[in-house]
Amino acid sequence: MKYMLMMNCPRNGYDTFGSWPQKDIQAHIGFMGELNKSLKESGQFVAAEGLADPKQAKLVRAGKDGQPVTDGVFPESKEFLAGFWIVDVDSPEQAYALAARVTTAPVPKDVGFQMWVEVRQVMSGPPTDL
Amino acid sequence: MSQAIHDATEHLIRELAPQVLGSVIRRYRDFPAAEDAVQEALIAASIEWPRDGLPVNPRGWLIQVASRRMIDQLRSDIARRNRETAVAAETEQVAMPAYGDAACQDDTLILLFMCCHPALSQSSAIALTLRAVGGLTTAEIASAFLVPEATMAQRISRAKQSIGTSGVPFGLPTDLERAERLRAVLHVLYLIFNEGYTSSGGSQLQRTDLSTEAIRLTRALHQLLARDPEVAGLLALMLLTDARRDARSGPAGELIPLPQQDRGKWNRAQIAEGIALVSQALPQGAVGPYQLQAAIAAVHDEAARADDTDWPQILALYSVLERLSDNPLITLNRAIAVAMVHGPDAGLKLLHALDSDERLAGNHRLDATRAHLLEMAGDHPAAIEHYRTAAARTTNLAERNYLITQAARLRELP
Repeated sequence: MKYMLMMNCPRNGYDTFGSWPQKDIQAHIGFMGELNKSLKESGQFVAAEGLADPKQAKLVRAGKDGQPVTDGVFPESKEFLAGFWIVDVDSPEQAYALAARVTTAPVPKDVGFQMWVEVRQVMSGPPTDL
Repeated sequence: MSQAIHDATEHLIRELAPQVLGSVIRRYRDFPAAEDAVQEALIAASIEWPRDGLPVNPRGWLIQVASRRMIDQLRSDIARRNRETAVAAETEQVAMPAYGDAACQDDTLILLFMCCHPALSQSSAIALTLRAVGGLTTAEIASAFLVPEATMAQRISRAKQSIGTSGVPFGLPTDLERAERLRAVLHVLYLIFNEGYTSSGGSQLQRTDLSTEAIRLTRALHQLLARDPEVAGLLALMLLTDARRDARSGPAGELIPLPQQDRGKWNRAQIAEGIALVSQALPQGAVGPYQLQAAIAAVHDEAARADDTDWPQILALYSVLERLSDNPLITLNRAIAVAMVHGPDAGLKLLHALDSDERLAGNHRLDATRAHLLEMAGDHPAAIEHYRTAAARTTNLAERNYLITQAARLRELP
């Protein structure tokens, strides 16, 4: 069964990250690299991507002529998707364990919060006879 | 290269794969390395045979190529000295395998037992069975399960390592273990079939047909164990279920439930074969869950119209099945049969007893079945609610779409 693990960050998360001490940034990046490596080795990796700074994000829809109409990000959004993993595991518990592991990524001592990871099942289960 | 030659080669290679692997394991006693070597030999054959023609002895050719790979690998191994000594000692002691049919057939069976070893996780057992016994490439298996090839390669390699380190001998299990191990094999084959029953995502053209592969492997097992009624039962169940494949979904991939299917699209030859198999198996006396499920599928398949379905017989079969295995999903299905025979209220009463079963907690099938029976009973508001609950709980997209459509249909009734 496949799950998507979504790592959200606060609106100013990217700016905060950018102001961390170098060793903390490197430790964090190193942790994520190791995590992906071990997911590949365990045969659970399907996909993982990090997303660019939400400042570059646009909301898009088709206008009357079918052409894209863009807008900035709504100012009231408090959280943004920073990155995600899709994993293929044998049980929901395995997905939760991986999500918990994501949240142990090292952060500087003065960062007073631990992020949450949203775990959602991908609709790829086999169908049942109705 | 003509498609016919290519298909014939492919067929032969896949047929020989487990026999060749068995021989190479016997000779070198190293499951993971032997499996890699055989996979390379299979790939070489699939390129060379259609181009250069079939070798005189295809099995011997594959064993020879695989053995050569095996030796190359051993030579380049860091621990080569130790292992060559070990291999030399082994080769002296182990007589060259006879390539007679009996020995080769045993090898296929032994491999199935190894790949479906209860020590492996389900996903590992499935992947390993498809590669080592089915002769599929890692890329094909990866595409069937919609995961990257590297992920599948890693999964297979880990599964092989756990077999390698488990010290499971390359031999048939003892009589005592045999029944339990055979159950594990049948379960893995069933899971492969189920996974492919309706492709749940991705492009259907790209997706290796797992149901057909499961049927092929079960057929091979049935040829080896012709007198085992549960093996025959599983093969029959697969054939009788797969026979409805073309009728089971509409042009946009939407699910069409059994009563609404165009029965003219059912595969009559497969139904006939399935019915013959289960009819021969049942009188043998060792009635098991696969035979009973096949018998139920046969009753459905025998009805010319949905209204002709012999529900009392289906109900009787579910009652026997329920006594054989303690599985709430069987009770769920029996509730539908009860509703068809004794009316929806009787079925709903039976479902009520399942509400406290923790194994079904949060399972969409309980809600879907209840919705269906409530609709039969004419309680549309409650049916709508349960269709929607079921839709929120399923993890299959086609099923979700079916369930929300049912709710919408009831809402819009005048």
